[in-house]
This record gives sequence, C-alpha cells and structure tokens, in this order.
Amino acid sequence: MHANVFDRYHDGSSLLHHLAPTVKVVVAVLFILSNALLPDGDWLSFGISWGVILLLNLLAQLGLGFTFKRSFIVLPFTMAAITALFSLPGETLAVWDFGPWHLVATDLGLVRFLSIVVRSWLSVQIAILLVATTQFPDLIHALEHLRLPRMLITVIAFLYRYLFVLTDEVMRLLRARQARSAVLPGQRGGGGILWRAQTAGNMVGQLFVRSYERSDRIFNAMLSRGYQGHIRTFNRHEVIARDWLIMALAIFLFSILQLFAHL
Amino acid sequence: MLASPTPLHIPDGFLSITVSLLFWVVTIAVLSVAVRRTESVDEKQVPLMGIMAAFIFAAQMINFPVAGGTSGHLLGGALAAIVLGPWAGMLVMTAVIGVQGLLLQDGGLLVMGANLLNMGLLTSAIGFGLYRSTQGRQRKLKLGVAGFAAWLSVMAGALATSLQLWLSGTARLDIVLPAMLGIHAVIGIGETLITVAALAFIFRTRPDLLEQTEGPARGGRGWIVVGALISLAVLILSPLASTDPDGLERVASDLGFLSQGTEAPFKILSNYSFPILGEGALSTIVAGLIGILVVAAIVILITRSRKTQPH
Repeated sequence: MHANVFDRYHDGSSLLHHLAPTVKVVVAVLFILSNALLPDGDWLSFGISWGVILLLNLLAQLGLGFTFKRSFIVLPFTMAAITALFSLPGETLAVWDFGPWHLVATDLGLVRFLSIVVRSWLSVQIAILLVATTQFPDLIHALEHLRLPRMLITVIAFLYRYLFVLTDEVMRLLRARQARSAVLPGQRGGGGILWRAQTAGNMVGQLFVRSYERSDRIFNAMLSRGYQGHIRTFNRHEVIARDWLIMALAIFLFSILQLFAHL
Repeated sequence: MLASPTPLHIPDGFLSITVSLLFWVVTIAVLSVAVRRTESVDEKQVPLMGIMAAFIFAAQMINFPVAGGTSGHLLGGALAAIVLGPWAGMLVMTAVIGVQGLLLQDGGLLVMGANLLNMGLLTSAIGFGLYRSTQGRQRKLKLGVAGFAAWLSVMAGALATSLQLWLSGTARLDIVLPAMLGIHAVIGIGETLITVAALAFIFRTRPDLLEQTEGPARGGRGWIVVGALISLAVLILSPLASTDPDGLERVASDLGFLSQGTEAPFKILSNYSFPILGEGALSTIVAGLIGILVVAAIVILITRSRKTQPH
C-alpha cells in the first residue's frame, strides 16, 4: 500500500475545478457558517442546502452521490451529541434511568440532536467537495492569499510535501514489525501491553531521529537550490471576474436562505 | 491505515457560532505570539518544523494493539513540545490539525479554532511546562514527568472538548464530561507509554537533540508556571465538574438558556462558577486536596531544580 491515500483530489476540468482556490475556500466556509446559523428544525432550509451540494456534485462531474458516500466520517462524533436529546425541556418522549443519570428524552431535544447531526453532515460534504476539486498545493496558496502567516503556510507546505515520504517510512516500520511478529496458531503472541507500547514508542523514536536527520539534508539541499521561501505551482492564482461573480452569487444565495429561515 | 480519529476532532456543526468564534480568537492570539517568537530564531527552524509536523502526522499512524481490537496511538502534542520547544510545538500541531481538518475532514473548519486549542495549544503548554520543570534533573525523573504530562495533555483536550460542547448546548455536561474523561484516561495511558518510550529511545540514540530544547531560547521558566496552572485547572475542574451532583440540575436549566439567546455564554460562565464556590462540598474537598498535592509536588520540583542550577 502506498501513502497516496491522502490525496483527495479528483482530476477534472469543470467550472468548480477552475474556480480560484481562494474563492472556493471562502464560499465553503460561508456555507458552513450558513449551516450553523440556520435555526434548529428548519428542515426545509437544510434540504435546500443539501440540494445545493448535490448540484455542485453534478457541476464538478463527480457524480450525484460523491460527497454523500464519503460523509459518514462524522458519524462517530454524533455519540457526543446524543446527550442533546436529554438536555432540553419539552414534551417527554422517553425516560431512561441509567446508573446515576435520569434521562428524559424530549421532542425539543430530539429536534436539536437531529439538527446538529444534519449541520455537521452538510458541512463535512462541502469540505469533501473542496478538497476533491482543489489540489492541495493550491489550497495552501489560497491560505496565503487569505493572509495566514507566511511561516505557518511554509510549515503546512512542508508537512504536505513530506507527509507521503514519512508515511512510507512508517509503513516500512510497520511492515518490519509485522515481519518480526510471528504468531503460532492457537497461541497468544506479542507480549504484554507494556512491551507492545514500548515497541511502538521505539518506532516513534526511530521515526523522529530519521525525520530529524532528513530535515538536515533537506535544508542543505534547499540552500544549494536557491529556495526562496515558498513552494510554487503552475496554476493561476489571480481572482478574475468570473470568480468574483460566483462568490457574489453564493453570498446572495446564503443571505436569501438565512433571510427566509429567520423570518 | 489512516490515523484513526480520536474523539477529540470536533466536526463542524457541533459547536455554536459564539463558541467557535470565541475559541478562534483565543487560538489566533496564542498562535500569533508563537509565529513571532519562532520567526526570529533561525531560518533552519522552518523546514525543521515542517518535517516535524509530517513526523507527528505519520507517528499518529503507529499503533499498538491494547485489547479487544482497540489500539492505542499517539496524539503527539506533548512530545512535539518537549522535543521542539513550546512555540514550535504549537505551530507543528497547528499544521497537523489544520491539514487533518482541511484534507481529511478530521475535524471541522469553523470549529478548527477550538480543535487547535484542545489538541495543539493545551497539549504543548502542559507537555513543555511540566517537562521544563525537570531541567537539569535525572533522566528517569524527566521521563516520568514527560509521561505524566502526556497523560494530562490528553485529559486537558478531553476536558476542553467537553466544556465547549456543553457551552454550545450540544451535550449535557454531567454525561459528556465523565464519558470523555473516562475514555481519555485510558487513551492517555497509551499516549504516556508511547511518549516515554519514544523519548527514552531519543535519549539513548541522539541525546544531543533533546539538549537543544533545554536552552533558554526555546522557552523560559515562565512555561513552568503556565504548564502548572493549566495542569492544576484540569486536575481541579475535572473531578469538580464530573462528580458534582448539584450541578446536574443546573446544567440542564443552563442548556435551556443556551438554546434561546445570544447572551447565553455569559450567563453560562457566571452560573458555572458556582460549583467552585462550593455547593457540592465533598467534591470540592477532594478536588482541593488533589490540587494542594499537585501544587506541593510542583513547588518541590521547581525549588529542587533551582538548587541544581546556579544562576
């Protein structure tokens, strides 16, 4: 297995792919903000928001269910929100006594819980769409245009550049551990938890030393090649009229949605 | 094979806008200091931090089987701060958490301020602060304190996450806090074991790398105070908030306020201060005792390390 599992970009030549990355980041964040501002239980507005995502999926030529299929990543975290069920006064739906907790599920609590899940589920889809239609180096440049500190941008650029290299390194370490961990059938192998943790810790230490030494070599190589402080890309980064237009349209749509939701 | 999501990466939608923005403000304030402090060091520092960010990202994939199909792995904030210094550690963790959120949707964008604070800033401050107090001491003590700091850093993240969820009206504090702290008390042990073993390995093979963080350039005595204060807050607040039975009813009514008005955060904070003033007497006493013990331990550590270091 190779480490390029991290690359979430899907090549294409749609309008969404060609939109300026800065605009895409701004619109995605506005969309998430808009979700957060929608009142609990406003299913129509949530539905319209999802409609927008489906439309964008089609526009990006990714297929209607592209973001939906990948959106279940937020599911584990809904466990934390499940207590919202019991947190609001309202009409009682069910009562549980669970250890020291007296839990009263209310209709308002249920609405709140579902709204939270829907919000996060919509928000994660726009983020998936963003990285599926934007190459990560371009995203990094977008952050630069959005005035993030140059140094932080460079650290992120390096992280992305060497993520794959070090992930390969980790996979070599994991493979080596596996190759040395023979288990006889029917017998328990692998030592105690402490021993296993120590092995994992040694691997982390080994990885640290290798990474540190690699960064020395990289710095020398950078100096010899005349590195000027940022990583380049061939893609354009000027925001043209079309980008402004689409951003204005998005802001207009979000405003209308909010207006109707709060009237 | 991807880094398994720890239940600390909050997705979008789980925090209210007020809470999200509030924590963005705090995080940006701290990070802007971090950027200014690190920029002036030397130009080699930037590529080093980039590679170290990739290292933390990759190291989170190294797991070890614990029991019943679950596995422990690293969060890395404490380790990063110990080997790189507090400010660099914060920036490295910011890059890691930022990329996890942006690229892998492991954590939301609007709530990223909170995620950065929980997993990057708090962990680095605790990790480095407690470790710094052992400067000039024996290696065994250093490893022990580093291990404790690693565990506490995970607990701090869990505590902060629970409080943010509660302030947002997303979860009931009396359930989410014991659950989060309970899970992370166990996850934190994995963090401790890996951090200690990794540091021990680095001490054996490249002790020179660790000595670099001991210079005053990376972080002065002030960090001991910062680390100790945050640790204290975690150690006192956790048992107080999770065992105080009188808080239970209040929390429920507070959450009622939350869903109604924008002034909620202020109401919540003022209501929240009541447990510290003492309605749940038993929990206050227990927490107080723990607090005194921790203060005493830290004071002893600091005074001893001062004795060994003539200035």
